[in-house]
Amino acid sequence: MSSNDAPHEDPEPLAEAPPEHVQRAQVERLLKAWETPKGWRYWSAVNNSEVGLWYTATAFVFFLFGGALALLMRVQLAFPENDFLSAELYNQIFTVHGSVMMFLFAVPIFEAFSIMVLPEMMGARDLPFPRLSAYGFWCFLIGGVFVCGSLFFGIAPEGGWFMYPPLTTEYQPGPGADIWLLGLSFIEIASIAAAVELIVGVLKVRPPGMRINMIPLYAWYILVVGVMILFAFPPLIAGDILLELERTLDWPFFDVSRGGDPLLWQHLFWIFGHPEVYIVFLPSIALVAMMVPTFAKTPIVGYSWIVLAAVGTGFLSFALWVHHMFTTGLPGISLALFSAASEAVAIPTGVQIFCFIATLLVGKLTIRVPIMFIIGGFSTFVMGGLTGVMVALVPFDLQAHDTYFVVGHLHSVLIGGTIFPIVGAFYYFFPLVGGKHLSEKLGRIAFWLMFVGFNITFVPMHITGLLGMPRRVYTYPAGLGFDSLNLASSIGAFILAAGILVFLWDVVRPKKHQPLAERNPWNAGTLEWLAEMPDKPWGVRSIPEIDSRYPLWDQPNFVRDVDEGRFYLPDAKELARETLITTSVDAKPIQCLRVPGPTFLTLYAAILTGGFFIFGTFHLWWLATLSGVAGLGVIIVWIWTGTAVIPEKPEKDVGLGLTLPLYASGPSSVGWWAMFITMLGDITAFVALVFGHFFYWTTHAEFPPASQPTVAPLWGVAALILLTGSWLLTIAARALNKRPKAGAFYGASAAAVLLALAGCAALLAGPWLAELDPTTNVYPAIIWVLVLWTAAHVLVGVLMQVYSVARRVAGRMTFEHDIDIVNTTLFWHFVFLTAAVTIAVVVGFPLVA
Amino acid sequence: MPKHLMPFARMPAAPRAFGTAQAGALALLTGCGGVQSTLAPAGRDAERIAQLFWWMAGGALVIWAAVIGLALYAILRPERDHDEARARLFVIGGGAVVPAVVLFGLLIFGLRELPALLDPGPDDALEIHVRGERWWWRVTYHPPDASSFELANELYLPVGRRTRIVLDSRDVIHSFWVPALAGKIDMFPGRRTRLALEPTRTGVFRGVCAEYCGLSHTWMAFETAVVEPDAFQDWMAEQRRASTSPKGELARSGEASFVELGCGACHAVRGTPAKGTIGPDLTHVGGRRTLGAGTLANDPESFRRFLEHLKTLKPGANMPTFDMLEDRELDALAAYLDGLR
Repeated sequence: MSSNDAPHEDPEPLAEAPPEHVQRAQVERLLKAWETPKGWRYWSAVNNSEVGLWYTATAFVFFLFGGALALLMRVQLAFPENDFLSAELYNQIFTVHGSVMMFLFAVPIFEAFSIMVLPEMMGARDLPFPRLSAYGFWCFLIGGVFVCGSLFFGIAPEGGWFMYPPLTTEYQPGPGADIWLLGLSFIEIASIAAAVELIVGVLKVRPPGMRINMIPLYAWYILVVGVMILFAFPPLIAGDILLELERTLDWPFFDVSRGGDPLLWQHLFWIFGHPEVYIVFLPSIALVAMMVPTFAKTPIVGYSWIVLAAVGTGFLSFALWVHHMFTTGLPGISLALFSAASEAVAIPTGVQIFCFIATLLVGKLTIRVPIMFIIGGFSTFVMGGLTGVMVALVPFDLQAHDTYFVVGHLHSVLIGGTIFPIVGAFYYFFPLVGGKHLSEKLGRIAFWLMFVGFNITFVPMHITGLLGMPRRVYTYPAGLGFDSLNLASSIGAFILAAGILVFLWDVVRPKKHQPLAERNPWNAGTLEWLAEMPDKPWGVRSIPEIDSRYPLWDQPNFVRDVDEGRFYLPDAKELARETLITTSVDAKPIQCLRVPGPTFLTLYAAILTGGFFIFGTFHLWWLATLSGVAGLGVIIVWIWTGTAVIPEKPEKDVGLGLTLPLYASGPSSVGWWAMFITMLGDITAFVALVFGHFFYWTTHAEFPPASQPTVAPLWGVAALILLTGSWLLTIAARALNKRPKAGAFYGASAAAVLLALAGCAALLAGPWLAELDPTTNVYPAIIWVLVLWTAAHVLVGVLMQVYSVARRVAGRMTFEHDIDIVNTTLFWHFVFLTAAVTIAVVVGFPLVA
Repeated sequence: MPKHLMPFARMPAAPRAFGTAQAGALALLTGCGGVQSTLAPAGRDAERIAQLFWWMAGGALVIWAAVIGLALYAILRPERDHDEARARLFVIGGGAVVPAVVLFGLLIFGLRELPALLDPGPDDALEIHVRGERWWWRVTYHPPDASSFELANELYLPVGRRTRIVLDSRDVIHSFWVPALAGKIDMFPGRRTRLALEPTRTGVFRGVCAEYCGLSHTWMAFETAVVEPDAFQDWMAEQRRASTSPKGELARSGEASFVELGCGACHAVRGTPAKGTIGPDLTHVGGRRTLGAGTLANDPESFRRFLEHLKTLKPGANMPTFDMLEDRELDALAAYLDGLR
């Protein structure tokens, strides 16, 4: 279906396979280049297949932990006035259960699985930043163990996964809330890192010919979800910063007695929290979109409709957050608007569901374990979707909100829409990992236990809620009609857990004597099934050229051509790890990217970053600072030695008569994209802080309050001039770097550094000299946050300017190889934007208000 | 007391008697006469919402069956050739057009109720200020034509009248919810929210805090008694007057202990020197329906239990436990408090 445009640009695989001995030598070199480290060095691996596997396994262990917590709660709630758990422990458990399931399972498992499988789906050898994935994994592991471990010391967070202040500020003085705020912020940063990796992956490492209308649906969903993470997590991080500042330094962002407002937290939390639901749910639909065509033996029907629906869901999900706040006493017009927007999201969801049904209509379905989980999950998810339509309607929500009806609803959506497809996907994709099948028989037992258990647990909860049982109660009085329903839910929970145990046994049971699965065991059409059983570490033997959405079905002799190295990059002559970079829309090859290999640096960096957050939690400031500085040092070493490496030759023959450059900078390089995407997330967090300022403005009669001093315009103007100067000089330095002689570049860079430092000082001098005391009122507090945020960015910008100079001095950057200064300049565009907005708010706003 | 007027608080001896088996589907759905059920509405607003719920539940069931039926049909039907145009019609029709029409209808049908639900009631309506405190309810009546008075942890409402409830909080966020009467509205520190209750039948209905508010969130409940307007006027007159003085020696000795232990620093008993404002007003505590904000049924034994076992009955509460007192003194205090009517 793709051959109608530009056929002359459609290269074919080699007509003749290379001679046997050439192939053998190629295979040897490829294996050597992609060799997985052995022994204890195994843990220095950064390749997507290892990191993805660890990541998936870890996320799954956290899922089991969260599930065990749920069982404890169900034991407590089985009988009225039970005393199995104390109120305090119960509160810690439900808080950790929600937080673990959301932050340590639902989001990470999809990132983990994508790191593992996405490159295979795109015929790539690895994602562009393997070390970033490894760093993200280690951060996730450390942060997750820290948060979960707190439960065993009785100091776990107990503010609910939503952490509403003022309960979580002045009324919970213990370390629990700090563990939540810092431990999970740490993980959120890892999540954003993985999202950047996945977005750049989908955009840049697709195989030649995989134009935008040929991307596997899974990759489309990952792109959408990655972008959602990029815009959804930063507002939460901004909120975390404000809440932690209130807890640690007494800056009154949510304290009404000093002008703060607890509703700001709710807005920031749910601007994150609602998209989060779709961040969790869409990847599972993506799994379904990969499995349904395989088992129906037909291409997906309505590919473009699904893509549009996924994008539409992503957009809409940012306009719904207020439906978590319908009972906060908002005006009727807001309630009605957000109610309508919430209902609207059912439409793209409906389109996706009907595309799957249409695919089933066209094809002939074989019922295997994965498809059972999909159908079971589907019936559950549709139920959850329909109760979602009900609670999205304001009048009904006034009753249902914060009751067990919502508990039933959300678990129908998340277990039906997420857990069931994920378990199905385990059965489907398991041969890719272990080379062996899971058991069809155990799978069916697990399915029926889980399906029956789920319904016995969660269907009664809808009624319990309607009968008036609120959420988050550690027990309930007898005789209100809750008793038998709760007992049923508790029994069901154990049946569900039994199903998960059967599944778990199936995964971990020894499979030594079980024969290997055949290659492409489900007869699927997409690239990940090129994998040999067991898979080789290189990802793909040669990087194919794609003419179809289902190349294994549609392209003749495809597997043979890949295997015999008749496509691109069949060799690793220099024993380097290489993969192809293509253009974002048309997937034309533009670069042969060398990705870095195993290192322990990422593990060290993660441990030290973890130290910064964990010591900070317990207010061990010196240790935290030490750990943070050391971590920064390790990261600089990692970047210095592992990125923007100048190749020994400018270009390389990648096969099929194509020669590609080995080095690229600017928008055609992956590094530039990663920087750009990261900064979009960064600026989103900043926008959330600015939103805070204007939120206070709308809720105060007078803002800034007349009793509070404001920053003298002089300082703002000075800072703006100096920082603009530094920004322009950085741009000039980028241009001057193109001269073979470095003198002018050094001069411009030095001047840029000096102006930046002076600008930073002027920026801080404003509120300092005006004696804005952030503990007295929310106005000085929010001003200080904006100023400090900007100052920190300027300082990072200075670090990058100095780094670029050092690279040129060291000969690691030249007039031809300029990635470092190009990315520094890109960063400075955002610094300038941040500074300009901050100064407008800090200095300009009081003048016009 | 008739069974349906029994307080639904924790029973004196913690019972494990689950499944008192109000058997039968209706009892299951309405929950023991429905003192806390949204499906046994006793208020105008809850009635509207319950009706909306039944319509939506029926509709949802039909849609669920249709979608699942369609999926099963698609699975079981023999393979067919791919007809692009028909598939598009199917996806757009079933996935977008039908849901859009249904949802549009639902929004009109449902949001039409909103103005009535948000209606604050007539200008001369009775206004009750309820303040959430960890973990009880400070209730102040502001009758339009008489002086205000304060009580705690229960409401009396006249049947058939729309009463305005003004809500806020002293500390964390709480949420005021009497499921049988109306939906819930959150209670914030430093911000006032509003709700109106319009009971349509007499009876006693349980209310709870619906927003997680910390350790004893579970034990933050209250009862709302809906009575005829005349009875309501009598009740208000009762509440306005000062407390009865203790009868009998035991109760009088209890009063002495009450003074001696400094209870009056936190609690007020109108007509006595106890004028504390931190804890609940105890002027008529003996006559209230429950103790400790819906924690215990109200009898002398419960007073004792509350004083002795406060930390386990209401974890995290500010009031100290009085388990160091002699039995006699506890009995005396209980007798005194029980006599405050």
